[in-house]
Amino acid sequence: MRDKQIEDLKDYKYGFSTDIESFKAPKGLNEEVIRFISNIKKEPDWLLQWRLKAFERLKVLKEPNWQKPKYPKIDYQDLYYYSAPKSFKEKPKNLEDLDPKLLETYKKLGIPLQEQKRLNGIAVDAVFDSVSVATTFKDTLTEKGIIFCSISEAIQKHPDLVKKYLGSVIPITDHFFATLNSAVFTDGSFVYIPPNVKCPMELSTYFRINASDTGQFERTLIIADKGSYVSYLEGCTAPMRDENQLHAANVELIALDDAEIKYSTVQNWYPGDKDGKGGIYNFVTKRGLCKGKNSKISWTQVETGSAITWKYPSCILKGDNSIGEFYSIAITNNHQKADTGTKMIHLGKNTKSKIISKGISAGKSDMTYRGLVDISKNASNSTNYTQCDSLLMGNKCGAHTVPYIKNKNSNSNIAHEATTSKISEDQLHYCQQRGLNQEEAVGLIVNGFCKEVLQQLPMEFAVEAQKLVGISLEGSVG
Amino acid sequence: MEQKLKTDFDKIISTSNFSNQEIKLKKEALDNFLKNGFPSRKLENWKFSDINQIIQKNIGELAFYNDYNIENEINDDIFINDIEHNKIVIVNGKVERLSFEYEEKDKINLSTLDNFNQNSNDDNSLLSLNNSFSNKIHNILVKKNYSFKKPLIIYQITNEKVSNTNINFQLNFELEENSSIKIINLTDDNSEKNFINNLFNFNLSKNAILKNYKIDKKSNTNIKYDYSSITQKENSISETFIFSSGSEYIKNEVSCNLEGQYSSAFINGIHLLSKNKHHEIRTKTNHLYENTKSYQLIKSVIDDSSKSVYQGKIYVDSKAQKTDGYQLSKALLLNEQTEFNAKPELEIYADDVKCSHGSSSGSLDEDSIFYLMSRGLDQKTAKELLINGFLLDVVEKITDEEIKKLLKQMIGLN
Repeated sequence: MRDKQIEDLKDYKYGFSTDIESFKAPKGLNEEVIRFISNIKKEPDWLLQWRLKAFERLKVLKEPNWQKPKYPKIDYQDLYYYSAPKSFKEKPKNLEDLDPKLLETYKKLGIPLQEQKRLNGIAVDAVFDSVSVATTFKDTLTEKGIIFCSISEAIQKHPDLVKKYLGSVIPITDHFFATLNSAVFTDGSFVYIPPNVKCPMELSTYFRINASDTGQFERTLIIADKGSYVSYLEGCTAPMRDENQLHAANVELIALDDAEIKYSTVQNWYPGDKDGKGGIYNFVTKRGLCKGKNSKISWTQVETGSAITWKYPSCILKGDNSIGEFYSIAITNNHQKADTGTKMIHLGKNTKSKIISKGISAGKSDMTYRGLVDISKNASNSTNYTQCDSLLMGNKCGAHTVPYIKNKNSNSNIAHEATTSKISEDQLHYCQQRGLNQEEAVGLIVNGFCKEVLQQLPMEFAVEAQKLVGISLEGSVG
Repeated sequence: MEQKLKTDFDKIISTSNFSNQEIKLKKEALDNFLKNGFPSRKLENWKFSDINQIIQKNIGELAFYNDYNIENEINDDIFINDIEHNKIVIVNGKVERLSFEYEEKDKINLSTLDNFNQNSNDDNSLLSLNNSFSNKIHNILVKKNYSFKKPLIIYQITNEKVSNTNINFQLNFELEENSSIKIINLTDDNSEKNFINNLFNFNLSKNAILKNYKIDKKSNTNIKYDYSSITQKENSISETFIFSSGSEYIKNEVSCNLEGQYSSAFINGIHLLSKNKHHEIRTKTNHLYENTKSYQLIKSVIDDSSKSVYQGKIYVDSKAQKTDGYQLSKALLLNEQTEFNAKPELEIYADDVKCSHGSSSGSLDEDSIFYLMSRGLDQKTAKELLINGFLLDVVEKITDEEIKKLLKQMIGLN
């Protein structure tokens, strides 16, 4: 019985694809496509100009190539930059109007879109290929003055906020993939928490890539005004396909005075099959700006999916006394590759940052932690603590640690620790002696290894993540 | 620069006495250097210290010609009297004296190499530069079962006759089975604004022991690059100690290849910097076989507006199970203008390993100063005491007692 369960779990259970007619922009990357996207989304002219400016910049940029996992050249002209379910030409007013097939898809994924089936009161914004399909719990949030909607809607309804903050953390002149996103982004979530409001529930976005040959370029913008608090969750899946699909999202967080943003990700994009065929290229730019005094941004990520993960959720600690945190679990198995970590840039006085990174590699996978801690001249009394631990399972995988440490302030302290080891024979022996089989024992030990990070996740996510950790490693021991 | 390189190269070839084989290899090396030029920050290894820019800024136009026919005078005052030792004296990149008076003559073989290792490394064009412009390469072979009775001190001298010149020097050591040698490499710079490029090769056979202590103390305005390449066979031990303080800019690079089981490499270093100095240590230990061990401890004390960099990489091949690797770097920033950059890196492909690294940087601990002051010390003495203790930690790692005593005296730590 248990064997059968394991057998079921081994497969990527989100690998189905939904047979739904989609409406796409012409293939290729050019000005027309950008105009097409902007037009179909009825965007104001300033945004179109902004996109075109990014596109101009993109023409001179080169793809970065310093990362560890190399990938075949991506033909940017052979991709669809916009894909939406056909029934979406006019965005449905409410859930009843949604294509039942879509509802079915999200039901399969375990995402509650119908509010009556609500689960612990999490407000969800679901993004399917290029468009946001539904946002739940709008009324409760509106009462508090919280804006939680798709970014397309925000562009229409709250243009001032979007115009003020869009691109303020990740400018259009940033690196290749961020600029690509600025030029062609299609949808994503927008959150604004007004001053002194504690968001009463977890906000969540669920991303799903369905159509083939499609790149997903979503853009998320979260603004926490003075004294506010928000916890935001993000989940992702994609169908199993033989070709590699590109996912290049931009996420911008802005925390004003005394505000706190907690951003959690459980990334479970399709990782490709056992032989490393297919899977998502997850090249995401995530950056948070602690703009105000005493602000705090905390990133938590559980990275189990994607053929290649390449991302560094970062914090720019600009406000005095601001805090940046990064908690990460990255698991790679089979032929997966990950190059992930964080950047903590200390600009303000008395700023603090903490980095806890746990990497587990198994099979023939390769994992790199790459991080930067930069304390500038003016950031007096700043501290950083970094800990990155890696666990190796088998001798065909690799685990690497590449931290960059820059200290330009004599009143600031940086401490960095890293270890790499395997699961100790003693621990395994002890667990097995108590009646656990090898796989259960490994699961238990790995969960313990990850505990520090898992604890940072909101409850519902923590449970899911814990399971995911177990599943990702099935079959990698013994 | 390209024209200058070519003409100076021709000049050296025509005035020196190289064999055809050497000339051929030297030409290849020159081509390689011409192709790559001086390394800049675009290369990962040179990210924190852009030597191209540093040379441009501090020296400007470099001359590459070095007259290897000149007989340089040696001032005997510079020799150390405290311990009996063998000598190699190098003046402006030319070996002037080799004396092994304390050793058995038939146990050592001195020669010059005709066929040197090209070391062509795209990342490191300075090795090519060295190969193309250095004088004949001396090779010191220590025969089987022979241990040096007295340490060998390599005096590396530059005199006021050279300036704005690139000096290249290369030396080779072969340690046969069960042999051992202790080396102190002392620099004595009386020249200004030269770019000195050193390359030391060490080949350790089974059970061989190398102890290498590198001291750069005398304040000078030269820019230096010093590369030690150590290859180790079964059960061999290498110990490298670096004291880096005097030169304007210096990058010490130590690369260890642990190729045989039970071989181990220890690299310890001190940066003691003031004024406007910029020093870097880069270590690379490659664990290529089972049961190998490496240990690195680097400490920096940085004052005024100086800058210290440590880049350390532990590489573990998938064959190298049961590797034990440890690396620790610590820095004390004493002044607001100082800067410390570190990149401790692990690249691991084997699972049954124990590898860790740690790095910390910050100011002197206020509590410790307070404690000492409450015991009656003034602030200055308290700080000195703490810095002393901080650095002694590294010096105490030196395994040779006699040399440890000498170096403590030389550095001024007790």
